[in-house]
Amino acid sequence: MNAAITSGNEKSRRWKRPPLIQDTKWRYGLLILAIAYFIAASFSYDVNWSRVYEGLDRGWEFIKSFANPDFKTRWSDISEGIWESIVITVTSTVVGIILAIPLALGAASNLAPKIIYYICRGIIAVNRALHEIIVAILMVAIFGFGPLAGFITLTLSTIGFIAKLLAEDIENISKPQAEAVKSTGSGWWQWINYAIQPQVMPRLIGLSIYRVDINFRSSSILGLVGAGGVGATLNTAFDRYEFDTAAAIIIIIIAIVMVLEYVSGFIRARVQ
Amino acid sequence: MPVTTKGDLKVWQRRDRAKQFKIWFAWLIGVAIFMFCWEIISDKTTWFFVFDAPRIAADIGGRAWPPRWSYLSELWKPMWDTINIATLGTLLAIIMGVPVAFLAATNTTPSKRFLRPLALLIIVSTRSINSLVWALLLVSIIGPGIFAGTLAIAIRSIGFVAKLLYEAIEETDINQIEAIQATGASKLQVIAYGIVPQIMPAFAGLSVFRWDINIRESTILGLVGAGGIGLYLSSSLNILAWPQVAVILIMILVAVVISEWVSSKVRLAII
Amino acid sequence: MLQLKNLGKRYKTGDDALKGVNLEIPDGQLVGLIGPSGAGKSTLIRCVNRLVEPTTGTVTLNNIEVTSLSAGGLRKERRKMGMIFQEYALVDRLTIMENVMSGRLGYMGFWKSFFRKYPQADIDEAFRLLERVGLDHMVDKRADELSGGQKQRVGIARALIQDPEVILIDEPTASLDPKTSRQIMRLISELCRERNLSAIVNIHDVALAQMFVERIVGLQMGEIVFDGAPDELTPDVLTKIYGEEDWEATIDEVDEDEDITIDEKSVEASI
Repeated sequence: MNAAITSGNEKSRRWKRPPLIQDTKWRYGLLILAIAYFIAASFSYDVNWSRVYEGLDRGWEFIKSFANPDFKTRWSDISEGIWESIVITVTSTVVGIILAIPLALGAASNLAPKIIYYICRGIIAVNRALHEIIVAILMVAIFGFGPLAGFITLTLSTIGFIAKLLAEDIENISKPQAEAVKSTGSGWWQWINYAIQPQVMPRLIGLSIYRVDINFRSSSILGLVGAGGVGATLNTAFDRYEFDTAAAIIIIIIAIVMVLEYVSGFIRARVQ
Repeated sequence: MPVTTKGDLKVWQRRDRAKQFKIWFAWLIGVAIFMFCWEIISDKTTWFFVFDAPRIAADIGGRAWPPRWSYLSELWKPMWDTINIATLGTLLAIIMGVPVAFLAATNTTPSKRFLRPLALLIIVSTRSINSLVWALLLVSIIGPGIFAGTLAIAIRSIGFVAKLLYEAIEETDINQIEAIQATGASKLQVIAYGIVPQIMPAFAGLSVFRWDINIRESTILGLVGAGGIGLYLSSSLNILAWPQVAVILIMILVAVVISEWVSSKVRLAII
Repeated sequence: MLQLKNLGKRYKTGDDALKGVNLEIPDGQLVGLIGPSGAGKSTLIRCVNRLVEPTTGTVTLNNIEVTSLSAGGLRKERRKMGMIFQEYALVDRLTIMENVMSGRLGYMGFWKSFFRKYPQADIDEAFRLLERVGLDHMVDKRADELSGGQKQRVGIARALIQDPEVILIDEPTASLDPKTSRQIMRLISELCRERNLSAIVNIHDVALAQMFVERIVGLQMGEIVFDGAPDELTPDVLTKIYGEEDWEATIDEVDEDEDITIDEKSVEASI
């Protein structure tokens, strides 16, 4: 080691890591606020530990049931539910994307006039604010039980999702390319077709595939409120503590999601 | 080749005939699949009710309006619970998800053969299952209440946090890491000095983002008995008390809008 | 004394980046390593501290054989080898002080480094080094707020605080403007002289190398094709290293006070 380092008679300049928040008032204020929040929040929790302890056995039972899931006993219910989930996924994704594209064009600030922009953004915001299950409840109330309610629910949420992200992508396109096409004297539709579409297509395809994935996962719970799909069977299985059947359904869901993820990775790699 | 010669004319087509045919064929199959699926839905639908839908919707709307504002006073407590479910659930998910992310990232995992697949399995299985299903499961295991709801949110979010974080870890700049390695730092020190500072913005961003999502998710957990405002929603629905439902929906909307605003502000501040 | 014996590296792709390089660098010598892109300069430097694992041959630093060390031993030995990088490789989101102190990581336990509890002696040394490179007034700035030249100065301080016996320098000026390049090279050569350090510096700019190093090694296709004093670099030698070109204009630029712009033009003219 360098001898100069250990000689202490030189002036020593201290160093401390600069704190994340410079202002002391804010730093301690936020800290106290956080602690106060946790204390207040802990009062919300009234955990019945003996019930939890009892439940551990059942939890273990559930984990064990993954080792021998029961596909057979309720196979007709399961297969019908899964089919219905797939069908809802396919239809709602297709219709949702088709309807989302014009909305996205309207919600892109560099394409649409101000009024249309605000209207489209408003539609998207309202559409995204409510959880799918709540929408599904309303749809079931209006359209009756069955997959149609599920289809409409997921179509709506697909529209909100795709339109928002696609609009953001359109707003981020390369300006020079768009200007170049415009300067050739093209009409509005030609301009969209030649300047915008090629730039956002990979993203749209990526989003659509991702949305298939999301829609399938969601469609597996819509059954809880009567909007079709495998969720109803799953709910019944849990209610009757038939963990082996529940495990079978969950395994199928995970398997399908994994296949979808693999396929989407494959397609996305090819698009780019 | 899209360019062919006809006599001495050069003809340009976007695609040659075989490729064009393939594309048309793919479209045909796509449309057929869609029609087939639509047929299934259509068969299971009583169209008489559907045609009646506008009237029913108007009817429900008429009954829901005006909302029963006095009901609001009963909703503050469940709303507070809902926020706690989301916040503490996200916090738990972060605590459990961060180690999983480091086990899953190819450049930090201690064992590629054993621990990495295990971490990926945790990520896939927690992510594929909706938080409502987790809530169903936990309610049947440890009983109803917001504890089950918090755990459901936490478990569902582990995969989300871990997946995005491990992708961020794998995208770190290798030069900065090499520089730390070259000083003779230990593996843990390389992570603390070379990797952690690089992933901090991504980490903070995704935590807030997930919190925002979780606020939305925790509003419905009550439907299966896992606490929060969803409990009141489902009991109001059961007695068809539409004016109360309207109040609850408005409250949820406001909460979601606020949380979205907070999350976007915080994310902007981080970057 | 740094000795490379029969050092070879074959990448998984089958490319031979190094073919049996023998090199001996006595204490206090600054060696410039020149050669065309892909000649194996970077690989050679990274094989010395085993950021790239050599396939054959040995590296010996002051009688310790680096190539046969275990992971722990290698970490200890890396402390004696400072490294300076092309793109500076500072950890962007850490402060200057933290970046400099990362050079001491090999001497520190994990928790001490994690909580930034550095020994006062190290901090004194850091301030001294930062003063030497002219940056002691901005220790708490984040690395990504600095200019290229300032970043490289921090990089130099980080390498020197390791108290190294040898410094490995990979294209220190490749991303800098001509004037800053000269300042950085001058700083490096002065510091090497002050501390009696041996150093290998990879460098593209032949004229710059001639200005500041005592010995030049030419690498081509993974083999040493020239080893001698800077003034022995004749057009013939450069042709041997780089291939056929008009080299007269490049090597005449040895005078340090020459205007920079002429320097650049002459290089351009020679291409």
